[in-house]
Amino acid sequence: MGRTLAEKVWDAHVVHRGGGDPDAVTAGTAPDLLYIDLHLVHEVTSPQAFDGLRLAKRQVRRPDLTIATEDHNVPTADIELPIADEVSRTQVETLRRNCSEFGVRLHPMGDIEQGIVHVVGPQLGLTQPGMTVVCGDSHTSTHGAFGALAFGIGTSEVEHVLATQTLPLRPFKTMAVVVHSRDGSLPPGVTSKDIILAVIARIGTGGGAGYVLEYRGNVIEQLSMEARMTICNMSIEAGARAGMIAPDATTFDYLAGRPHAPAGPQWDAAVQYWQSLHTDSDAVFDAEVDIDADALTPFVTWGTNPGQGLPLSERVPDPDQIIDEGQRLAVRKALSYMDLQPGTPLRDIAVDAVFLGSCTNGRIEDLRAAASVLAGRRVRDGVRMLVVPGSMRVRAQAEAEGLHEVFTAAGAQWRSAGCSMCLGMNPDQLAAGERCASTSNRNFEGRQGKGGRTHLVSPLVAAATAIRGTLSSPSDLEP
Amino acid sequence: MKAFIRHTGVGVPLRRSDVDTDQIIPAVYLKRVARTGFEDGLFAAWRAHDDFVLNHQAYRNGSVLVAGPDFGTGSSREHAVWALLDYGFRVVISPRFGEIFRGNAGKQGLLAAQCARDDVELLWKLLEHEPGTEVTVDLTEQTVQAKDLRFGFAIDGYTRWRLLEGLDDIALSLRHAEEIDAFETQRPPWLPATTAIPASAD
Ligand code: SF4
Repeated sequence: MGRTLAEKVWDAHVVHRGGGDPDAVTAGTAPDLLYIDLHLVHEVTSPQAFDGLRLAKRQVRRPDLTIATEDHNVPTADIELPIADEVSRTQVETLRRNCSEFGVRLHPMGDIEQGIVHVVGPQLGLTQPGMTVVCGDSHTSTHGAFGALAFGIGTSEVEHVLATQTLPLRPFKTMAVVVHSRDGSLPPGVTSKDIILAVIARIGTGGGAGYVLEYRGNVIEQLSMEARMTICNMSIEAGARAGMIAPDATTFDYLAGRPHAPAGPQWDAAVQYWQSLHTDSDAVFDAEVDIDADALTPFVTWGTNPGQGLPLSERVPDPDQIIDEGQRLAVRKALSYMDLQPGTPLRDIAVDAVFLGSCTNGRIEDLRAAASVLAGRRVRDGVRMLVVPGSMRVRAQAEAEGLHEVFTAAGAQWRSAGCSMCLGMNPDQLAAGERCASTSNRNFEGRQGKGGRTHLVSPLVAAATAIRGTLSSPSDLEP
Repeated sequence: MKAFIRHTGVGVPLRRSDVDTDQIIPAVYLKRVARTGFEDGLFAAWRAHDDFVLNHQAYRNGSVLVAGPDFGTGSSREHAVWALLDYGFRVVISPRFGEIFRGNAGKQGLLAAQCARDDVELLWKLLEHEPGTEVTVDLTEQTVQAKDLRFGFAIDGYTRWRLLEGLDDIALSLRHAEEIDAFETQRPPWLPATTAIPASAD
């Protein structure tokens, strides 16, 4: 029988098969030991891991397969000043100390390659098809867009990978998410963010639990690498451990010439191998979901988990019409936190802030899309808009294209790279009760700051919302 | 890591589903660099309200948390497990766990016991009816017992064995050091190395 893409990558990295473990107790139940090709490190989930190494007198086995950047804590304004928050500063300084002690390459604040770890890896060409990639951050699934098996790990696993360059893992189940349309294109105003929000609303935040999702179909094939990354990034919000897309010409074109991409004869050998990385025609997925992209419209969330989303043209749901009691209570709780009335058209929801950025939508194409909507227009009075490039290189590229002028002319704030308002860990936060249209990936209670309210949207919707002041798509704007 | 064989302690009924790791410990507590002392961040937002279950005297010293389905979803932060352990919890019972959370729990000696929804409901009722009731969780037998209520729970065999033995993860993997060495000699030559910083491509 044929194998799926995920199974092929898995098989190519097995150092030790768990099933045959001689330990009588564990026979047949021990996990496989998998080799890890790339380990991405940031300041939040690594300090205790390095601490653990030190306590056990262990070294980093492969510093040459490890790279670190500062992202979660960093301020995105006045970055030349010392970090004001003491704890944030300690985390960043601890990372710097650990990297120098253990010989790990680090891109600190101010460096051109500094940025969100999931933007930096692909941009440097470090993320390649068929690799295993891990990071102490659940959105590591982003790298699956290249046909890599990439997933988030906890801090003790970070320590494990640092010490052994391997991870004990149990095979995942596979789910095909087929996204198709008549000719592979998306309806106007619909982006890959809308696709993934629709997928999550369909299968639920636990629907992908235990699975690696493989996104396929003619729509996926026509997406750019960055759009694919947006989709894979949010696989975790469907409960999946990872998301993957088979590498193709789009992938190879994106990689060619990047600093760490292979060159010369190595490139040819690599491409030859990469071309074998697709699900065989006779392989069987454990589950399959089908999304008709022709029926998609811009999607926004109204609740407090990423599965609580609807097309922008709909209204806030009415809990009283929900039959299942658990569901009804969950919706009621979400609406009370979000301060929304059932039946309100989503388009009438007014926001205080708009956040364009994060590892979901902080890449150059996202900035271009938003700038195309904002050009010649103004952010509505009373709304503050933060534009935060995913990396300093994205920022430089945007400035070379003049996008920063579009944003600042519109009244938005143009920032330095970092996770910023994606999570309440750095100075960019919502105040209690503030409402935000955000291109990030999580609308959990307090995610963007204590008491803050988040609506997840695409970059196009973010830009249109900034202009009108209520949740909007570009088609709502006057020409 | 401390071995887990059997534990008896006060059960805490947390009548909530979808308790994501942001609720277990808000992001602001993740900034620390030490490995201990995370108990003050546990359920921080909810504990600010007087009527939250852990603020009731009878439950305050609980060590067996009984939660609704999808406990520990969301962010991969291991701090969620540390916060629970630092507070004094040794067991979390739920009909379903977030996957990363469950993995993290097993590695740190926190037992994530998966039970039928109906059993959780019965246990909730008992613990609410008689606050302070002790619950005994036996990993050898895979059972939960509180007063006359007794039911089984599911856990994968490997994690169970690890917990019973109190085994350190890294030491386990390093038993395969020779295989790791052998694997490394066969990796394709085009794979990237982060330390070889090439000339910028632009
Ligand atoms: S941008 Fe948000 S989701 Fe992405 S790595 Fe940073 S905090 Fe995590």
